Formats: sequence, C-alpha cells, structure tokens
Amino acid sequence: MVAALGFRLGQMVLVMFGISVVAFLIFFATPGADPSARIAGRNASQETLIQVRHDFGLDRPLPVQYGLMMNRLFVSRDLTSFVNRGQRVIPTVISAIPVTLSLVSGAAVLWVLGGLIVGVIAGATRGTFVDRALMILSLVGVSIPVFWLGEVANLLTQSRWHDSWLFSWVPPLGYIPLTENPWGWFKALVIPWFTLATLYVGLYGRVLRASLIEMMQEDFIRTARAKGIGERRVLLHHGLRTSLVAFVTMFGLDFGALVGGGALLTEVVFGLQGVGKLTYEALQTLDLPMILATVIYAAFFVVMANFVVDVVFVIIDPRARNVG
Amino acid sequence: MSADAPLLVVKDLTVSFRSDEGLVRAVGGVSFAVEQREIVGVVGESGSGKSQTLLAIMGLIDSPNAIVSGSIRFMGQELIGLKRRALDAIRGRQIAMIFQDPMSALTPVHTVGNQIGEQVRAHEKVSAKAARARAVQLLDAVGIANPDRVVDGYPHQLSGGMRQRAVIAMALSCNPVLLVADEPTTALDVTVQAQILELIGRLRDQFGSAVILVTHDLGVVAEVADRVLVMYGGRFVEEGGKSSVFRAPLHPYTWGLFGSIPPMEGPRPARLAAIPGIPPSLSNLPKGCAFGPRCAFRHDACLVQLPIMRGESHRAACLLPEATRRQFAVQRPGGVEMQR
Repeated sequence: MVAALGFRLGQMVLVMFGISVVAFLIFFATPGADPSARIAGRNASQETLIQVRHDFGLDRPLPVQYGLMMNRLFVSRDLTSFVNRGQRVIPTVISAIPVTLSLVSGAAVLWVLGGLIVGVIAGATRGTFVDRALMILSLVGVSIPVFWLGEVANLLTQSRWHDSWLFSWVPPLGYIPLTENPWGWFKALVIPWFTLATLYVGLYGRVLRASLIEMMQEDFIRTARAKGIGERRVLLHHGLRTSLVAFVTMFGLDFGALVGGGALLTEVVFGLQGVGKLTYEALQTLDLPMILATVIYAAFFVVMANFVVDVVFVIIDPRARNVG
Repeated sequence: MSADAPLLVVKDLTVSFRSDEGLVRAVGGVSFAVEQREIVGVVGESGSGKSQTLLAIMGLIDSPNAIVSGSIRFMGQELIGLKRRALDAIRGRQIAMIFQDPMSALTPVHTVGNQIGEQVRAHEKVSAKAARARAVQLLDAVGIANPDRVVDGYPHQLSGGMRQRAVIAMALSCNPVLLVADEPTTALDVTVQAQILELIGRLRDQFGSAVILVTHDLGVVAEVADRVLVMYGGRFVEEGGKSSVFRAPLHPYTWGLFGSIPPMEGPRPARLAAIPGIPPSLSNLPKGCAFGPRCAFRHDACLVQLPIMRGESHRAACLLPEATRRQFAVQRPGGVEMQR
C-alpha cells in the first residue's frame, strides 16, 4: 500500500515536470513568441531588446532558461507579470485559489447530491413517467450554457427581483472571504454554486442512471433479491454501490479541471476573482509568466484529482486493491 | 397444515415472455409437488425451462415482459402475486436459492461475511457481531478450511469452488425448509462437484431441508435425488422415483438422454448416441408432442395431439402405449438405441 502510494507520488512529480517543460516551451520557445519583445513594450529599439534579453536571461541556452524560470516561479517566487509591472505572479495565483476552491467545492457538493438523487430515482423508476421527466430535465440542464444561466440568475437576483422578499438577501457580485464573514461567503456563493452545478447534476444523473440500470441486470442482484432483503436495500447496497465507479472517475476529472481554471465562465459572470478569471485575463494580454503559472497550477490540480480518484477507487472497489 | 402435506405444490405454472417473435412460452403449464425432506432432481437440456421454473418459485422473474400464471403453494401459501414484503419474509428465510454461476452470484464490493450476515439480519434480530459469528460457523459447515479468514475476504479473492460454498452457506444461513439449486455444480470441476453434492445431500440430514436440484447432468441426479423430473420444451415428460426412472425410463426423450452417456462396461461405441435434431424454439413449439419431430418412435398422432402425463407413481407423457414402451425400456437397460 505504501509502496503503491510512493509509486503514484513519483508518477505525479514526473507528470508535473513534463507539463512544466511543455508549457515553458510553448510560451517561451515558440517562434514568434519572443518574450523580450513583450517585456520591452511596443516600438522598443534593438538595443533595448538586447538589454532586456540579457537582463531576463533570455539569451542563455533553453535548459538554463527553463531552470531560471522554475527557480523564479517556485524557489524565489519573484517572477513578475510582464503586463502589470511589479505584480508578482505566485502571490496573485495563491490569492485566487480560495475563490475558485470555494466556488467549485460548493458546486461539487450540490452536483454530487443532485446527481445521486436524480440517477437513483430515475434508475429505480426506469421507463416510468418519473424517469422520463427527470431525464428530460437533466438534458435541459446539460444543454443550458452556464454563462446564460448565470446572466439570467444575475438579472433576477441583482435587479429585477432584488427588491422583492425572495432575493433581497443576495449581496452584490463578488467574493467575500470565508474567514472574514462566513455567512456573507455563503450568501455570495449560493447562486454561483447552483449555476455551476446545473450542468453537472444533469450529466451525473444520466451517467449514474445508465450505470445503475446496467448493474441491476447482474447476477448478484438476483442473489441479493433471493435473500429477501427488500428492494431498497438491493438497490442502494448492491446496485448503487457497484455503480459508483463511473461516477467517481468523472467526478475526479471534472473537479480537477474546474479547480484548475475550468470554472472560468462562472467566475467571469459572477465577478469572482478566481484562477479561471486570472487565466482568462492573462491570455488576453499574453502575460507569459502569469499563463505559465496558471497552466502549471491547473495541471497540478488535475493530477492531484486523479491521484485522489485512485485512492477512492481502492476504498470503493476491493478488486482494485491488489493491482499495482 | 398437516405434517404429511406436501411442502410445495405447483399447479399449471406457465411462464411466457412477450418478444418480437411473439409470445415465447418458456414454461408451459407444469405441475409437481415436493414433499418435506425430499430431494427432487429436475433434468433437461438448456432452454427446457428448468431455470425459469425455479426463478418463478423464488419470485425472481421481474422482466416487465414476463407473464407468470398458475399456482405455486408453499406450506399452504400462494406465492404467485404475493406482495414484495410478504415474499421477502419467505425467500431467504424459508426458501433459499443456490445459483448456477458462483463467479457472478456474489456482489463484488462486499465481503463474504457481510453478504451472509445481511441475509441473517434481514430475517432475524441479531447483532452484526452475532451475524458474523454465524457466517463463520456456516462457512465452516460447508467445508471451507479457514472460515475466520474467508469471512472477511472479497469474492474475487476466492476460487470458484469456495465461492459456490459461500453461496451455499448463504442459502443455508436461515435453515430454509426448501432449497432450490440451479445447476449448482455446472461451473465447478469434478472433484469439487462431488464435494458440493455430498454437502447438498447432507443438508437434508442435518437441517431437514427439502431440495429441488436442477441440472442437465444425469450423474448428479443419480447421486443425490430421491425423485426425478425430466423436462423438455417447457413441460415435464417423465416423473418418477430415481431407481424406477433409471432402471426403466418410460419416455423416448429420457431414453435419448441415457443413450448419450458413454457405457462404463462392454465394448466402446464408435460414436456416442445423440438425439438427432435440435430442441424446439420456444416461440414456435410444435402442435403435438414437443419431442415429436426428433423422436424415432413417433407416429402420426404425435404431431397433432399433445400427450399428457399418465401413470401412477412413475408417469410419462407419451402417446405410445405404455406396454410397448416398457418393452423397449427393459430391452436395453441404461440406454435405448435411437437409430432403428
């Protein structure tokens, strides 16, 4: 178990290294993406360019440049933005993490609960009106663009019905830190949570239903029924428990991708200064150090999430325990 | 209910499935009874309706396209149409089932002990600890060498024979009055098969259970059964005491079954006798005797008239005069030549 864990951790480090190299090469060594021109600004003279190149170490061999960059990114952490002079990249990303994490975690709780409820009810009532209604609803949920849903939510809660009893509690757009004002944090995030979770409730409900229906055809379900334990227990203790594999896999990947910046649209619509919004702004201005930092940060979360999924697998499926 | 009344009485049980090819009649009106402490062997080839008969008794036919009709009375109580809750009080407790494929019969994510304990706790008010102790006891009773370890093992960690023993231990966990076993030894190798059969035979002695044993293996029936039912095309074609059926089978299909067993003595036949043709399609059964098209003894009446079970203790459904059949049966004990 410990050896397997160590093996996985070693794998993670290798993957992270690979991603940092690729990200570095894409942004700093692609022909035409001369970073010194970005730093020196428009219409800089040739001398200034050379000066900048030398100052930033951009005239050294690529491996050395990579080493310098990683050193400034992770060790001295003084890499600054090319666009907003003096803005340090790492502290900026770190300050954005709680925002994204709050948004995605809350939404994840909603979509896991919602997905389980929708999937189990639809799977158990397969072919009935309830099943069909739930599947149509979840298809609608999957199809609604998150930015549109967010804008509509804003329209209703921030202006149209903001003065009614229903939504007068909604604070203005933006993030309120959990440590400062937990209740305010909750109020500011409730609507973004629901907005972000809608798509995933539909998606997870449909996947769980399909996997549950497949599992309920298995021989061991018949054995369980023959034991006389009641259909609810058969469904939850035998059917659902064995259907969770697909669910957990999807969850790990989606959660990792969202924390890594995938919640961009929700963050922009609700004015949350999260990692997604940071990446979005950095891409617009081609702020290379910021892009590099956010890409590596995103990769870290995706890899982390995969690792957690593997650990959870071992808990939910004993068959995975003996596999190295 | 009097002490000598049959434990289980099945009357005109029919199981059909709606399908694209019309109504598929898997079981076509079978009637039989099982006495207390009796071991009944049901033989027949694949698709003859054996398993569906068992599943109907257990109330496990849950396809929305299935139609189950007739009557199944267990200890005087009608099982067909019984509410789920009442059914759950009986199955697992008074009627338990052993399934054909031990590889897929256990839930892969729960330990063997939990799965046995789950059944115990569904029917008796005992603590989780007591249920686990009972599971260890049961695993020991079915001949598992290290029950303390196996009880916490997962199905994938056990061999096929061990899993089948675990399934049997689970079936026995509440001392059922009736045990139905669907080809319990088919997936196992021969030595394990013999042990499992011995175990099933012991059940009656130790627990006083009656057993319905479904198989396509005549050797299995010869080993443990008291009475034999031969099934073909969804109906019984022959029924009688084991020795009577084995000594003098009365139905041409049973002759064919015995004929396809290699003889233990005498010269080795160049080819094993096989019944010509294939079993009938259940969606398109012949009008007369289901075995008619394959029968070497058929005459015109066989193709139009449905034979019914006739006889006293040893009965058969055949249109040939019984005297003629007795003659054939005695002529060649242990198998009847199918080619005339």
